[in-house]
Amino acid sequence: MMAFVHRFFDTSKLINLVLNISLLLLAVGAALLVGAVMIWLMDADPVKAYQALYEGAFGTTNSRAETLVKATPLLFVGIGICVAFRGGVVNVGGEGQMIIGALAAVWVALSFDTVPRFLENIPIHDFPHIFIVTASLLAGFLAGAAWGGIAGVLKAYFGVNEILSTIMLNQIALQLMNYLLNGVLLDPDQKDRVNRIPKTARIQDYAKLPRLEWFSDTPTRLHAGLIIGLALAVVVYILLWRTTLGYRIRAVGQSNRASRYAGINVKRQVLNAILISGGCAGLAGAVQVLGLQYRMQTDGSAAGFTGNAGFNGIVAALFGGLHPIGTIPASVFFGALLIGAQSIQREVQVPASLITTLNGLVVIFVVSSQIFIKRLTKRRASVPPQPTTPKSVPALQEEPTQ
Amino acid sequence: MPEHLLPTGHRRIDQMRMQGIVKKFPGVLAVDHVDFDVKAGEIHALLGENGAGKSTLMKILYGLYHQEEGQVFLNDLPVVIRSPNQAIQHGIGMIHQHFMLVPSLTVAQNVALGMKSSRGFLLDIDMVSKRIRELSEIYGLQVNPSTPIWQLAVGEQQRVEILRALYRGAALLILDEPTAVLTPQEVDDLFRILKQMTADGHALIFISHKLHEVLAISQRITVLRDGKQVYSIPTETATKETLAHMMVGRPVVLHYDLRPIEPGPARLRLEEVSATSDRGDEGLKKVSLQLHAGEIVGVAGVSGNGQRELAQVIAGMRSTSSGKIWLDNHDVTNHSPAAMNQHGLSHIPEARMTDGVIKNFTVAENFVLQNHGRKPYAWGGVFMNFRNITRQCKTAIKDYEIKTPSHETPIKSLSGGNIQKLVLARELSRQPRVLIAAQPTRGVDIGASEYIHHRLLEERTKGTAILLISEDLDEILALSDRIVVMYEGAIVGEVKRDQADIRTLGLMMAGSKVPV
Repeated sequence: MMAFVHRFFDTSKLINLVLNISLLLLAVGAALLVGAVMIWLMDADPVKAYQALYEGAFGTTNSRAETLVKATPLLFVGIGICVAFRGGVVNVGGEGQMIIGALAAVWVALSFDTVPRFLENIPIHDFPHIFIVTASLLAGFLAGAAWGGIAGVLKAYFGVNEILSTIMLNQIALQLMNYLLNGVLLDPDQKDRVNRIPKTARIQDYAKLPRLEWFSDTPTRLHAGLIIGLALAVVVYILLWRTTLGYRIRAVGQSNRASRYAGINVKRQVLNAILISGGCAGLAGAVQVLGLQYRMQTDGSAAGFTGNAGFNGIVAALFGGLHPIGTIPASVFFGALLIGAQSIQREVQVPASLITTLNGLVVIFVVSSQIFIKRLTKRRASVPPQPTTPKSVPALQEEPTQ
Repeated sequence: MPEHLLPTGHRRIDQMRMQGIVKKFPGVLAVDHVDFDVKAGEIHALLGENGAGKSTLMKILYGLYHQEEGQVFLNDLPVVIRSPNQAIQHGIGMIHQHFMLVPSLTVAQNVALGMKSSRGFLLDIDMVSKRIRELSEIYGLQVNPSTPIWQLAVGEQQRVEILRALYRGAALLILDEPTAVLTPQEVDDLFRILKQMTADGHALIFISHKLHEVLAISQRITVLRDGKQVYSIPTETATKETLAHMMVGRPVVLHYDLRPIEPGPARLRLEEVSATSDRGDEGLKKVSLQLHAGEIVGVAGVSGNGQRELAQVIAGMRSTSSGKIWLDNHDVTNHSPAAMNQHGLSHIPEARMTDGVIKNFTVAENFVLQNHGRKPYAWGGVFMNFRNITRQCKTAIKDYEIKTPSHETPIKSLSGGNIQKLVLARELSRQPRVLIAAQPTRGVDIGASEYIHHRLLEERTKGTAILLISEDLDEILALSDRIVVMYEGAIVGEVKRDQADIRTLGLMMAGSKVPV
């Protein structure tokens, strides 16, 4: 039995994984405990509050669906963050990349106001639908990648700090969205109104991502974006750990000097990392439009469209250990917190912004638990197990010791 | 002057005795019931490989660690030393391998650093300077107290360290690998100073792994291996061979039989190559060099005289400012590291941990650092072929006797010697035409060093052209067919192996032009 386990798992890896997960849960528990004290200080019942949180996030079929809907953009952004951070690029431009991706996707989707004849002639079931959705998603990916790429070129070739440039690009993306939604992309129906709402026209049915009707008997807003996100997690996992591109990105993220020595083009890999990362964020925006909102609308703020997913995705990725697969449960967890926040407010009259605080607490506890893990493993690693090769040590104990 | 006082006016330590010292770290017994002692007026050398426990033992004496068992006695009284400060109060000083000096401050300021001033919050630097001059005179340590540290040569900086310890009243001085950074002439100076100190009644502990130095300077030698005391002997009855045997635990070959071979055609040619160093000055000045198939050319020199730049320029990691580099009659000047690899260059980099490997990558991932995108390690340059990587890496682990739990262990948890063996295995696995070996055995224990030397000689026999850059003159002398000496970025001399002697090399390393 043990031999079997040894064959398929590196036991030390398994131990590390279990250690990691249990510490993570411990950190979350500690954060919730501190949060409970805060709720109690607000004269509310923490037990009730957390019950409301849980019920709000998982209590009904619809709440479960909403949790997953909320988790979907976090997942996309988070997967991208895994690539960026593994490549040593701190991409905090998820918001801007989401917006640009959504703009491109909605533009492509709207440009198909009728289904072109040549698409209908191809004898594949539902081909026009597949084609238009794919083209829109692709546009979202490429636009997000290009937006990230600006920061990537600035970092790789001009040494501009990517944290600054991506934050700035978020602002530019926001204003670009406001400009376009008030201008060329404005819904024709709104054009002649006096108090017009800056939003695009609704996309046609054949440009929409399908809703996942098998999830429940009653209709929910859960859409195929989630499935695409899950697939993307697997693809990016393979990319990072099974391809030469992923090897190079990780190598550059770990050590510029060793990568240079190895003949890896460091600048190009920095650019690659942020291109992929921006592309994933762009997809997040595209999926929000094609799967959920069916149009783009602005209230003048970035969060009005993204719901802060560009930032919360970073948190999810960190919580998921910067691993695309780990980001899946992490996104669901944060999605649940965000959905549950609303019912906390309803049930126990605690402001929903408490959940933002709770988010912050979780991050702090998780990050410090990571440091704890590092210390722990360092201590174990500092004692290298030294299997003695039989050749090198003929005993010498009988030699003169004076 | 009373018998028990040193020339510095401090009390001397007639005898220091460590008895039955045991120190455990999680999972290892670092020091295992070791007895060690030193008397006033003698140098007791502590010999052992990396990880043998010699630094741990000394750190216990200096108060940095605390022992689980055993007792330290000073002048036959049991003492407990909990911190370096307490050690200094007891008259124990330590000179670390890496100097603890602030470069921008003067000698006197460095000596005063961290000490209580006699005038409270005000610094009485004149008093400190006066005292430094007195001490310099007593021990023959010429140092000007008002010179900033950065203007001093390495040997002089070491004297400042010794002065500082004496200033604080050290009667017993621990010297941790004090000769590692010195030229042969500076080593002679240091030894003169050490002899003067013992004559004056100091007790000295000399940590080293260089056998000839230990034999030259000490009165007694203790060898540690795997935390155990395996050998203690008066120096006059010790030989290099037995000492090496004791350190490693098996007989060690100290001299290699370099069969002369007819060098083949020139593989690597440098024509008046210059390059800028990291500091921005001319790190490499018009260096011309030829490297033939089947020969080892040693590059000797004190560290920081252009050796690093030389290796990097050839490997494509640093661009030249002028000059040409030819590899097999191809002009490869300023080619990228990847292109140099393709031309058949392998490079064992000096900075093993930062350049040579990626610490958090596994042994297997590090094994394919350059070749990860090529057959047989990748399919079509896109997907990694882990089956082949694992197989080749396992073969290398076996062939090169690399001690690692598995090929999936992060390389950072291996010992320095084993990491270097993996780098060597990787670089030789590409069957290079030219090999740059920069400090191939620095920080590597004797057993692994010997192994690496054998591999280099094997490559030489195969006809590889090898450039061996080392600060260890013994290594250069043992392996090289020709030796060039670098000083301030230029090659100042070249000698054939059979004409080389350590004196002239030392003079050249210190910058004197010696007619060859």
